[in-house]
Amino acid sequence: MTVETKLPFTQDYVRSFSEERGEPSWLLNLRLQALAKAEELPLPKPDKTKIDNWNFTQFRNHVVESKPLSSLEELPEAVKALIDLNEENKNLYVQRDHTAAYISLSEDLKAKGVIFTDIFTAVSEHSELVAKYFMKDGVKVDEHRLTALHAALFNGGVFVYVPKNVEVNVPLQAVYIHENPEAALFNHVIVVADDNSKVTYVENYISTNETANAVVNIIAEVFANTNARVFFGAVDNLAKGVTTYVNRRGIAGRDGRIEWALGLMNDGDTVSENITRLIGDGSFGDTKTVVVGRGEQTQNFTTSVIHYGKHTEGYILKHGVMKDSATSIFNGIGKIEHGASKSNAEQESRVLMLSDKARGDANPILLIDEDDVTAGHAASVGRVDPTQLYYLMSRGIPKAEAERLIIHGFLAPVVSQIPIESVKKQLIEVIERKVK
Amino acid sequence: MAVLTIKDLHVSVEGKEILKGVNLEVKGGEIHAIMGPNGTGKSTLSSAIMGHPKYEVTQGSITLDGQDVLEMEVDERARAGLFLAMQYPSEISGITNADFLRAAINARLGEGNEISLMKFIRKLDEKMAFLEMNPDMAHRYLNEGFSGGEKKRNEILQLMMLEPKIAILDEIDSGLDIDALKIVSKGVNEMRGSDFGCLIITHYQRLLNYITPDYVHVMMQGRIVKSGGPELAQRLEAEGYDWIKKELGIEDEAVEQEA
Repeated sequence: MTVETKLPFTQDYVRSFSEERGEPSWLLNLRLQALAKAEELPLPKPDKTKIDNWNFTQFRNHVVESKPLSSLEELPEAVKALIDLNEENKNLYVQRDHTAAYISLSEDLKAKGVIFTDIFTAVSEHSELVAKYFMKDGVKVDEHRLTALHAALFNGGVFVYVPKNVEVNVPLQAVYIHENPEAALFNHVIVVADDNSKVTYVENYISTNETANAVVNIIAEVFANTNARVFFGAVDNLAKGVTTYVNRRGIAGRDGRIEWALGLMNDGDTVSENITRLIGDGSFGDTKTVVVGRGEQTQNFTTSVIHYGKHTEGYILKHGVMKDSATSIFNGIGKIEHGASKSNAEQESRVLMLSDKARGDANPILLIDEDDVTAGHAASVGRVDPTQLYYLMSRGIPKAEAERLIIHGFLAPVVSQIPIESVKKQLIEVIERKVK
Repeated sequence: MAVLTIKDLHVSVEGKEILKGVNLEVKGGEIHAIMGPNGTGKSTLSSAIMGHPKYEVTQGSITLDGQDVLEMEVDERARAGLFLAMQYPSEISGITNADFLRAAINARLGEGNEISLMKFIRKLDEKMAFLEMNPDMAHRYLNEGFSGGEKKRNEILQLMMLEPKIAILDEIDSGLDIDALKIVSKGVNEMRGSDFGCLIITHYQRLLNYITPDYVHVMMQGRIVKSGGPELAQRLEAEGYDWIKKELGIEDEAVEQEA
């Protein structure tokens, strides 16, 4: 397969797209410069996965119109299952393709100055605040072709801002529905927890269609400023024909904490990058990732925690199950920069393979530029232990059920961390469906 | 009343014959003990009865109430009423003890007849208290990080929860201190009754001070070479195995290298 390298969208298109939305000039210029860079920059090079032939750039529908929802009852059942419909004070955003279809934030949080809105509303109402965080210290526009293309074309997403000293003790949830089989989703998410604040944000990506060839390009930038704490949960569940690039980046300031729980359940080819940068002294990053691969899909998961500050702690835990002919590369990188003394980098990757044709590679990498640190890693790739199966079966549990228990047990350390019950339940159901 | 019948059983592991014709019948209400030095085939017998995939039956038969056990998968054997308390129980991460036990009970009861959560919890609490187990252990992952004694106690908990017709206890006493041994024995004695038959495999007579067997068998060279009542175990404790070897003209009692 040859892949067209020429981009399907012109400067004129991007200009009119931005102007139609009344975007401020800083953003228009950023988009135009990004598009020019996207023409020149190479694709990212995820370690050990060749993506030259993947389609990240050829698509037709950069904007599709969907209707806003007058009631959540209109949502498809699969989406409703993600939401607690009975909760009165919902903090919920629902996006249908590119349309902000539903938004709700409790009066209490509004009164405290919390912002939770779609990215375009945020750009128009809080332009300076968005400009301060948008692709500056988190993900840079010119990292590679996909970040540049993302900046030029982003067409959805949310902006979350929690002011100083505000603790949000209920989760904020965003649900992104991929409805139109040809819609290209370029979602940009920014979560900012300002000094001494606290927030939990959970997002779901879900396809409600069968698509042959769609492109999704997601960037999430997460900021835990001084002594702030962010919990970021995600369940990605996009359909087989979707090629996904998803980049989730965290920046922790002094004594800031970022914790991730990611359920990466896409059925299509996926490159997922999750980097946490521990800038401030005493900052903390924890990444828990769970993956199920099936069918013919190829996936690459890179999880990295980079230590800049002293006394920083980074933890990476990844568990993946591979079946059928699925191929996955799990790169775990703990990096301690010079000067980040007294830091600790730990990582663990475990891959369980359920078929002879499945492939899983776990690559633990420690890059350490400082003497006075501690670090450790563990990695394993294996099959269901026949002794464990025998033990469970010897108590009367049929083989299929015993395997199911072992797989669930294997994924439990991550699944149990998801903070919203309905999302956790849904993740368990997705896993169930995928491993069956 | 359940009857487990083993006839002329020959079993190989990785091509090497370990059991060379075992005959044994265990009925409901009876407790049998199989004793013998290390490496004489005792654990092989228990694994072969349960259907461990590594053990190949090359000759002979095992039946439970006339049903051919050797034709059954491991889980079918369990649902038919067999139970094996293992010498080295597996550790399984991510599955709590309670969830596992409930899955096992429900597998026996079958779809539509599942045990109610309340009833399950009541029974679990009661049995755990009986075995003096810390209630936390219900919510810990299956055997993960359990001490040797905790694992053995957990095997007996499963025995009491699943109520099999015939149980095989494979060296349930190894590595236990006296207090733990007493508790484990208390659990087994609690199960005693006309509906419950038990085959205890051990090389220490000590256990039989707490669980009095009806029959004692001595295994050497992959066969049962001598059977008797509880007095046989006492004589073994006092005199060791040499007198039997002498009596039967056995020089080397072992057939295998025990792991």
